[in-house]
Amino acid sequence: MESSKVIHAFYNDDEVLMDAVKAVKAEHLHIEEVFCPFPVHGLDKAMGLAPTRLAITAFFYGITGLAFAIWMTNYMMIQDWPQDIGGKPNFSWWTNMPAFVPIMFELTVFFAAHLMVITFYMRSRIWPFKEAENPDPRTTDDHFLMEIPVNNNEAKITALLAKTGAVEINVVDKH
Amino acid sequence: MYQFSGKLKTFSLALIIVGLVGIAYGFYSAPKTVEEAKEIIAQQASHGDSHATSHEVAKTDEHKDESHSAKEGHHEVVKDAHATADTHGEHHDDAHAEHVLHQLKNKPWSALYVSLFFFLGITLLVLTFYAIQRVAQAGWSIVLFRVMEAITANLVPTSIVMVLVVISAVMHWNHMFPWMGEGIFDPTSPNYDPIIDGKSWWINVPGWAIRSIIYLAIWNAYRWFIRRNSIKEDTVDDNNKTYKLSYNVSVGYIFLFMITETLMSWDWIMGLDPHWFSTLFAWYVLASLLVSALTVIAFVTIYLRSKGALPAVNDSHIHDLAKYMFGFSVFWTYLWFAQFMLIWYADIPEETTYFAMRFNEYNLPFLAMVVMNFVFPILLLLNSDFKSIPWFVVIGGIVILAGHYIDIFVMVMPATVGAQWSFGIPEISSLLFFLGVFIYATFNAFAKANPIPVKNPFLGESEHYHYYNIEHRGEGSGDHH
Repeated sequence: MESSKVIHAFYNDDEVLMDAVKAVKAEHLHIEEVFCPFPVHGLDKAMGLAPTRLAITAFFYGITGLAFAIWMTNYMMIQDWPQDIGGKPNFSWWTNMPAFVPIMFELTVFFAAHLMVITFYMRSRIWPFKEAENPDPRTTDDHFLMEIPVNNNEAKITALLAKTGAVEINVVDKH
Repeated sequence: MYQFSGKLKTFSLALIIVGLVGIAYGFYSAPKTVEEAKEIIAQQASHGDSHATSHEVAKTDEHKDESHSAKEGHHEVVKDAHATADTHGEHHDDAHAEHVLHQLKNKPWSALYVSLFFFLGITLLVLTFYAIQRVAQAGWSIVLFRVMEAITANLVPTSIVMVLVVISAVMHWNHMFPWMGEGIFDPTSPNYDPIIDGKSWWINVPGWAIRSIIYLAIWNAYRWFIRRNSIKEDTVDDNNKTYKLSYNVSVGYIFLFMITETLMSWDWIMGLDPHWFSTLFAWYVLASLLVSALTVIAFVTIYLRSKGALPAVNDSHIHDLAKYMFGFSVFWTYLWFAQFMLIWYADIPEETTYFAMRFNEYNLPFLAMVVMNFVFPILLLLNSDFKSIPWFVVIGGIVILAGHYIDIFVMVMPATVGAQWSFGIPEISSLLFFLGVFIYATFNAFAKANPIPVKNPFLGESEHYHYYNIEHRGEGSGDHH
């Protein structure tokens, strides 16, 4: 893309936005980004975004946590120093397994939850002191913004967006 | 309107007849005298099967019980108990044979009772789940209302069989409940049991029988009322007055259900082991029956949908049912483990014997059911896509149902037949009999009413119900918002 121009179309209703996204997709135009003040159900489907794989990562993080808990309890309580604590059997990990289940469960949840959240932050590139990326402050309050890159078809896109009920259409230079 | 097909009707009647024949055979082949029991013991010993060795465990357990019951009193009594146990030693073979005879006599009764409780409980929990859906004003499940109502029709025949079992217990035709034995409450009798006697304010025959009848009466009364009122809702035009009445009655039912379910699980299941008690037992029974009930709703729904009788049911409804199956499988495991682990951890003898018995004599079913009721569903139904694929839900459901049958089996059998358990003709026949009754009652009832509650205020919402995640699986997404 040699051009660095984008069109910002503003909407003030999520239903109108959904129809506009569908109209733009029907013209086979690329939507760079949509900014919303709140989640709009079905927007990802309308835009054709791939489903998230975050749940799959969480599953593997959970298994990691479970494995860690099994290793830890086995190493500490059975291998390293198998003391007789209140008559609990410590001949093998299995004979004392029920006592380890609470920690196994908690570590599974701990790993799954925290590593998934960190994954989400990394994939979404969110961190403290990160510079906010919203192109217009109104998109955090009551406006929806669709951003479409321009490739020498500015007039055509503008005409299409005007028909979809946009309340404001700006052509801006992307820095 | 759905037509109860002749083929299915014949099939269910065949199941009932085959089941009845098998149940009759079970009663016929049970030994009647000590001599017959001795023969069976000798046979087992000569076969050298694993039961022969397990008898020793059973015997020592028995002694433990004896001395244990005395421990509550004085040490002298303990000595006495040992002394009597010693004098018993001479007649030990006879005493043992008599013990085994009682267990073998209990076998056909227990086989019937396990299946009866399994099907009665599932039907009851379908009824309760239905009441919860009404009270919660759930928007997704309205198109499944008639399916649930149809399943609850099975409550009537299973309740009748339960009444018969209650009567037979009161008449001493069976000895499943040890506290009903002769002389248990009589201090002059050799069978006197001071521990059970201490509980006689609750576990006594008239009280038990009356309570049993009251539970069944409450559940059946609600079912009869709600079914009638639900069908009435279809036609009346009274500004939802009938609907609101159903709501109010359901609230009352859920309240009564929680009480009767708790007492029922004490009376009908925990009473089989009168020396043992557990505080979360009623919840545990509830969880086991609830997850089975949801599985059965999913099965009947999937079957009826495949026959075209439920056009309004989409994959999202199946997905929700599967989600409930998954969630309550985990809930069951939580309660199972909470009960097991607390007893294992503290290891108080009077509580631990319960699990020691199950671990020693029922090792395979006891551990297999944890895999079937927890590991299998959690791996199979974790994935959101899988939950909306009917054949996946069916596979998961079959394992869940089998697992919870085993669960009930392991609750009942150790107390009634001990080491003499097996899974043979009496057990399978009882399952077939109640399955036949279930199929007949359910589909017969489903054919008698509109398959959809047409005037339910939430019907529109239920018909358009969609879970966002399975939209891309090709099902109509047009009516999305």
